[in-house]
Amino acid sequence: MEKDYLEPFSFQTEDIAEVQLFLTPGQMILRRFMGNKLAVLGATVLFIVAVLCFAAPLFYPYNQTEQFYTDKTTGEELRTFQTEQISTAVLKSLEKPSLNHLLGTNKMGQDMLSRLMYGGRISLLVGFVVVIVELLLGVILGGAAGYYGGLPNAVIMRLVDIISSIPFMPLMFILASLEINLNISPKYKIYYTMFMIGLIWWTGAARMVRATILSLRETEFMQAADAVGIKTRNKIFRHLIPNTLPNLIVMATLDLGSVILMESTMSYLGVGVGAPYASWGNMVQVVNDNVIMRDYVNLWLTPGLCILVVVLAFNFVGDGLRDATDPRMKGR
Amino acid sequence: MRHYILRRLAISAIILLGISFLMYTLVRSMPADYVTLATSSSTKISDFQREQLRKVYGLDKSVLGGYLDWLFSALRGDLGTSLVYAQPVTEVIGKYMSITFFVALLALIFELAIGIPLGILAARHRNSAIDYIITAFVFIGLSIPGFFLAALMKRLFGFGGLNILPTSGMLNPRVVYKTFTFAKLADYAAHLAMPIAVFTITSCGVWLRYTRANMIEALGSDYVRTARAKGAPERVVVYSHAFRNTLIPIVTLIGQSLPGLFSGAIITENLFGIQGLGNIALKASQMSDVPYLMGFNMFLAICTIVGYLISDILYAVVDPRVRLS
Repeated sequence: MEKDYLEPFSFQTEDIAEVQLFLTPGQMILRRFMGNKLAVLGATVLFIVAVLCFAAPLFYPYNQTEQFYTDKTTGEELRTFQTEQISTAVLKSLEKPSLNHLLGTNKMGQDMLSRLMYGGRISLLVGFVVVIVELLLGVILGGAAGYYGGLPNAVIMRLVDIISSIPFMPLMFILASLEINLNISPKYKIYYTMFMIGLIWWTGAARMVRATILSLRETEFMQAADAVGIKTRNKIFRHLIPNTLPNLIVMATLDLGSVILMESTMSYLGVGVGAPYASWGNMVQVVNDNVIMRDYVNLWLTPGLCILVVVLAFNFVGDGLRDATDPRMKGR
Repeated sequence: MRHYILRRLAISAIILLGISFLMYTLVRSMPADYVTLATSSSTKISDFQREQLRKVYGLDKSVLGGYLDWLFSALRGDLGTSLVYAQPVTEVIGKYMSITFFVALLALIFELAIGIPLGILAARHRNSAIDYIITAFVFIGLSIPGFFLAALMKRLFGFGGLNILPTSGMLNPRVVYKTFTFAKLADYAAHLAMPIAVFTITSCGVWLRYTRANMIEALGSDYVRTARAKGAPERVVVYSHAFRNTLIPIVTLIGQSLPGLFSGAIITENLFGIQGLGNIALKASQMSDVPYLMGFNMFLAICTIVGYLISDILYAVVDPRVRLS
């Protein structure tokens, strides 16, 4: 009977274990990851933040740039499209949190909750675009350096040395003033900034891919691949790249956090996302106004906390992924 | 060893050449140069006078020509004259370097003094409540943006809050100190307390995690088991046997963090209004002050390269198994 046979293997854990006796590496990683409470918490937080930032604005009535006014006689709130009444109304600036504006309004009379959500969109988007650019460049160049060795290796690695020795913040200042002088509209500025950060940030990924491929080249399965005489393309895309993936995913997750931190710092210093568009970094910028810093904590505390929470969540997830993919690293 | 160092120095020279050319091209390709920016508010100045000024500042040359000029004078030790400060670049850097370095060095000492002992503690009580609490704080410190932490601290301890610490500058401008007294030292300490706290909180986590990871590995090794087996006291096992071996990677990491003593301060200096190298670099890049930017960035690049070289050599010095080749 089937039941008798399964009895000695009575697994405590559900779904996976009941149907198979051995776990695939993917299942093992997933199980170890799900066992890490902090990592699961981080992933949940990130999911909620992503939904709030990307989906919620679709249902939220106010835009991030819309300014609100108060009618002088009736005290009613007026919106930007009520052009006739606005001419006599006053700007609803620095409003305390209310039912209409849950986080209040800023100096320009804009709704803070809306700006918080659009700002989050920018922060997450910047993180993902930079990491994608970084991974593309890093895998291609690092892979070429590791696989071919010789001259390509020397040229690429010297380029990596040069780029990683350039002081990062001063370089960003220079690039930012370049952008201002080129009259790039604030709407597109952030995209240029993203690509520039990506162009600088790829060196870490390239170093790692190169090191992994160098060690993989000595393994038996690569010798077998050489002996069978499969195509170079297959060797690279079927055997080498998949083996670098675990490390790459961990690195990408941790980098997402650092890129968001970097973007917010740049926006805070005024070299990232510019007015009238919101980003969590440039929303904290209002602390430079002493009155706002002292009396309007609601304007800068939430965006700052949002950055902290999202970066923290990325760090938890990245750490959990590293423990899950490489158990020897557990607890490091 | 000597052969290795010589080869590394030769490679470093090539890297520095690459960086300087890249930086020069970038700085010079800013569409508005210093003359345009500095004379933008003046209506009386003619285009002819602007051209004359460009000739004086050496901004009329092509990028390549200007770069070669800069390179040859830099090789002779002359970094040119800062356009904004009207002083030789080396003098400007020398004047503000001590402040930046002093603040960052103090912060580094605090980071090590907090990070290493707590890292050892967390490793000794691995997976206990102490470990989790320390790890949680480490993650928060690593994830909080420096400018946000600075704002929080200013709000808490500065005006509007407890009002016990000054929020910007190095010294109280209303007091004149004739000689170096204890009061002046206290004034410095009060002004630097928050910047150094921001540095320490945001980066001591790196040291802590590093110490903890290496200590865990050392405590699980065979020589520690031997030491315990022969009955060595726990203090000796932890500090003499395990920690000494943990020191190897930490020392190399300290070598790599040396350039950060000059460059890591840019944002914090800006936040707390400290007149250091970083704050000046921010202004220089807004005014496209070519000589200063080149001088400052090359100074940082050299620090980075030397830092890596030192850390590699130290690695070989403290760990005889490592062979440099």
